Amino acid sequence: MKVSIKGVRGSIPTSSPETSYFGGNTSCVTVVEDNCLLILDGGSGMQKIILPDESTNRVDILLTHLHFDHIQGLGFFNPLFEASKEVHIWAPVSTTQSLLSRLSKFLSPPLFPVLMRDLPCQLTLHEISNSSFEIGPFQIDSLYVIHPGPTVGLRIKSKNSVLAYIPDHEPALGPAGMIMDKKWISGFDLVDQADLLIHDAQFTAEEYKGKIGWGHSGMEDVIKLATFAGVKKLLFTHHDPSRTDAQLKEIMIGLKETHSGDLNFEFAREGMEIELG
Amino acid sequence: MASYEIEIILNRQLADCLSIPVFITDISGNLIFYNEPAEEILGTRFGETGEMKVETWSTIFKPLDEKRKPLPPEGLPLVKTLQDQHPHHKVFWIENLKGKLEKISVTSYPIIGRMGKFLGGVAIFWETKDT
Repeated sequence: MKVSIKGVRGSIPTSSPETSYFGGNTSCVTVVEDNCLLILDGGSGMQKIILPDESTNRVDILLTHLHFDHIQGLGFFNPLFEASKEVHIWAPVSTTQSLLSRLSKFLSPPLFPVLMRDLPCQLTLHEISNSSFEIGPFQIDSLYVIHPGPTVGLRIKSKNSVLAYIPDHEPALGPAGMIMDKKWISGFDLVDQADLLIHDAQFTAEEYKGKIGWGHSGMEDVIKLATFAGVKKLLFTHHDPSRTDAQLKEIMIGLKETHSGDLNFEFAREGMEIELG
Repeated sequence: MASYEIEIILNRQLADCLSIPVFITDISGNLIFYNEPAEEILGTRFGETGEMKVETWSTIFKPLDEKRKPLPPEGLPLVKTLQDQHPHHKVFWIENLKGKLEKISVTSYPIIGRMGKFLGGVAIFWETKDT
């Protein structure tokens, strides 16, 4: 399984020399195995995706939720405009509106010039919840996690490895923070023993105290979760848009000084590629 | 999958913030969480007992009607909620751990998740000033 990081920023893209090292695009990751491509979230990082080869006719886009920073790249993804391409979009079901209706709010005038129904590709929408399904060589589990609005995290299993992807998540929401009992941790089943966990870590521990309920995580909590779940490698993502490269590097030095355990962790960076298995 | 669904987890986190006694059960009535105010009613601590089977925790209370006659389980709000997945409310008497009678009101509601799936029940015990 080859995992490629295309977008790491939360909330809004940022473009500046001060953010060019880690990158300024919003959430997007690709996963490839046996020429099968999965795209995790459609943030602005989506514009950088290149299909595995010319003959790739099927693309699966898995959206964790429909907040704008996770879908804003969709309208600029070329395969949507190619009649020969089969595009499947998987996203959390809502109790009130269909996926088509919710996505059409963005992919329609005046926000976007093309209507979803006019997209030339062969488009199929799949509504997921606490679901298990297969795409090519991948076995995928989705589970609702704590974040405003219907939001899922993903566990993607291939022949030899497991990737967990939860870019927007607040497992420590509550008066006492995260309850260190695997039955009581949002998303635990997704991250348990994962080879790689890509997880929301927008805030420092100090910042999180003032942002409780915003739907995002403090870095210390994510380290605690990953360590408790036996994760092998952890990538922080959903970087705060105001955070510069220098600040991220400085924060990482501090975290490494205080966490000297076995967990391998770092900030996700655009262009990063990781081979699992 | 071993973890509780987030609707259950969030109910526990809410209960943890409240100063009124809250009991959370799974769909079978097993007590999966009770908060600190509820610990005073049960006379046990969640940290010590952990989850309790329905047959264990349901015998701790002695619910009585207005005439101080035992109330059958099927007349209790939480039992009704677990059966019909609707909210219920009732005022009745319980004999506390010291054998003293207390009048309480209980509200119960079902936890119906995003998928419309029934996940468990919650009972809230309210103090009543009536005697």
